[in-house]
Amino acid sequence: MSAGTLAPTSATSPKSPRTRGARRRTGKYTGGNPLVYALALAVVALTVGPVLYGVLGGFRTNAQLAESPAGMPDPWVLFNYTGVLTNPNFWRYALNSTVIALLTTALVVVFGIMAAYPLARYKFKGREQLFTVFVLGLLFPATVAIIPLFILITDLGMGNTWWGVALPQAAFALPVTVVILRPFLQALPDELEEAALLDGASRIGFFWRILLPLSGPGMVTVGVLAFVGSWNAYLLPLLLLQSDMKTLPLGVADFSSEYSSDTAGVFAFTSLAMIPALVFFLAMQKRIVNGLQGAVKG
Amino acid sequence: MTDVADETTARVGVTASPATSSPQASATGRASARPVAPAPGGRRGTGSALRKRLEIAFFVAPALLLFLFFVVVPIIRAVQLSAYRWKGYGPLVDFVGLKNYVSVLNNDVFTGALQHNLIIVVASVAIQLPLGLAIALLLNRKMWGQGVLRTIIFVPYVLAEVIAGVVWFQLLQPKYGVIDAMLDAVGLSGPEQGFLGTPEYALWTVIVVLTWKYLGLAVILFLAGLQGVPEELYEASQIDGASWWQTQRKITLPLLGPTIRTWAFLSMIGSLQLFDMVWILTQGGPANATTTMATFLITEGTKRQNYGIAAAASVILFIVALVLALLYQRFILRRDIQDPTASKKKVKA
Repeated sequence: MSAGTLAPTSATSPKSPRTRGARRRTGKYTGGNPLVYALALAVVALTVGPVLYGVLGGFRTNAQLAESPAGMPDPWVLFNYTGVLTNPNFWRYALNSTVIALLTTALVVVFGIMAAYPLARYKFKGREQLFTVFVLGLLFPATVAIIPLFILITDLGMGNTWWGVALPQAAFALPVTVVILRPFLQALPDELEEAALLDGASRIGFFWRILLPLSGPGMVTVGVLAFVGSWNAYLLPLLLLQSDMKTLPLGVADFSSEYSSDTAGVFAFTSLAMIPALVFFLAMQKRIVNGLQGAVKG
Repeated sequence: MTDVADETTARVGVTASPATSSPQASATGRASARPVAPAPGGRRGTGSALRKRLEIAFFVAPALLLFLFFVVVPIIRAVQLSAYRWKGYGPLVDFVGLKNYVSVLNNDVFTGALQHNLIIVVASVAIQLPLGLAIALLLNRKMWGQGVLRTIIFVPYVLAEVIAGVVWFQLLQPKYGVIDAMLDAVGLSGPEQGFLGTPEYALWTVIVVLTWKYLGLAVILFLAGLQGVPEELYEASQIDGASWWQTQRKITLPLLGPTIRTWAFLSMIGSLQLFDMVWILTQGGPANATTTMATFLITEGTKRQNYGIAAAASVILFIVALVLALLYQRFILRRDIQDPTASKKKVKA
């Protein structure tokens, strides 16, 4: 019954009841078909199954896992999780991940919005060429430059530091940030700028007092993308970070290869490491999805 | 600093004009303020162009410098390194021209890696497109729990490849893994060395895991595309007596074209750069059955210190990506860019 209201993404809010009824009769919207629900359930099972298995596996002992790999925890044990949570390395890696992701996000958002502003709202010679430079950056994956980047960062003495990872990550995230933010800033009405300038604001004043507060949603979108990208990054940290500077993905990979026989421990470590990304995602779901869709629409 | 001063002078100017008693003067004052504002002229005349340029420089410089220093320079460096034999210490002296490229292209491991990349490119699109469309159409039906379903389908995409990889590695363990256990339960048995340990299966196993990880992205993007299909079209087709199946084929799919083409492009670029998942699941093994160009260049660069070879491989990786991107742009995306009104016209017709 509530099917119509349950879809918040449906773009058809001001519909008359009549069309609503008509829509329900169309083939596209025959909800309640058991086959549809069965299929949806199968998709869900396949999607979350592996994740859920990992989380539950953390509550089992290795003996349980070996005896019946597909069983439920019986009895439930907590020591895998408490073992990880009392492991100082886990917290160290989580701290490194957090700091690097925050640094990356801050750099990307601040530099990105600053660069997008003139590219969106100033008229000057070479503007499109400058924009093209950033767009071309989309074509260069970090993988291509990874070896010289590794040498460069090491030569700069930033080899095993937070900044050594955050700076290149931010640099490689800039193209997509500028590409998303520019149309966003262009869409702000010209009248706003005229009014502000008429009232005596300089362009910098306009940027600071009007444009910045209004582009909050755009900045959150690119910020979330940068944060998640950094949080999940593996290749660059793998080359640059050692010992107690490692991030969570490196820690997970290490733990998994070092204690490969301790399957339950690996599951517990992995499950705890995925919590921040999942929570962040659930909180910011709309933004992430919008950002990705915006990037695709161009 | 300067902008504060400018603001105050500008504000003084504006407040000063009404002070000149007569309303007409005020009007002219405001009129003159108009051109003044966009190009702060007046006494600054020639200075305004300079000031504008300074502002642009101020805003763009941080991003541009960061970009130049950490993206452009390393890429140029990669091209330079690829022409030398260099082991990571001492100056670049051993110039070898294109020899590194010749040796990379004659290296069976690299050509194998290139093949794997291309197989993954094709398989990703060939598998995820129909599955993604089917699930998107399924979730586009009005049904109970739709929002939750859409969230769940996207979860694997948000997880780090490393985390997804480690979990799947455990699931796929020979004998003790849950997948082998489930196969046992129905009377089948997995390969002796496990799916990831058997060269014939390893690449396809990686592709299955990648499908699991990235299907959610396809679904979410297709769902967004479906939101853009006007409701009236469905109603019209309904009135014309079209079946659900016909409606999807004749209306939904064509209108989803641009979304599908852009998604396929992203998927292709991602597949060419694949590293994390392979590194976690197989490290390129067994017997180089799952190497990708990225794992090849990382192995050469960091494990063997063959920086010249690694750089040459990375340049080839870029060229392959660029050529495919240009071809794709030329033959497939062109339709979207060239004639954006065409599809709309079709809709109206």
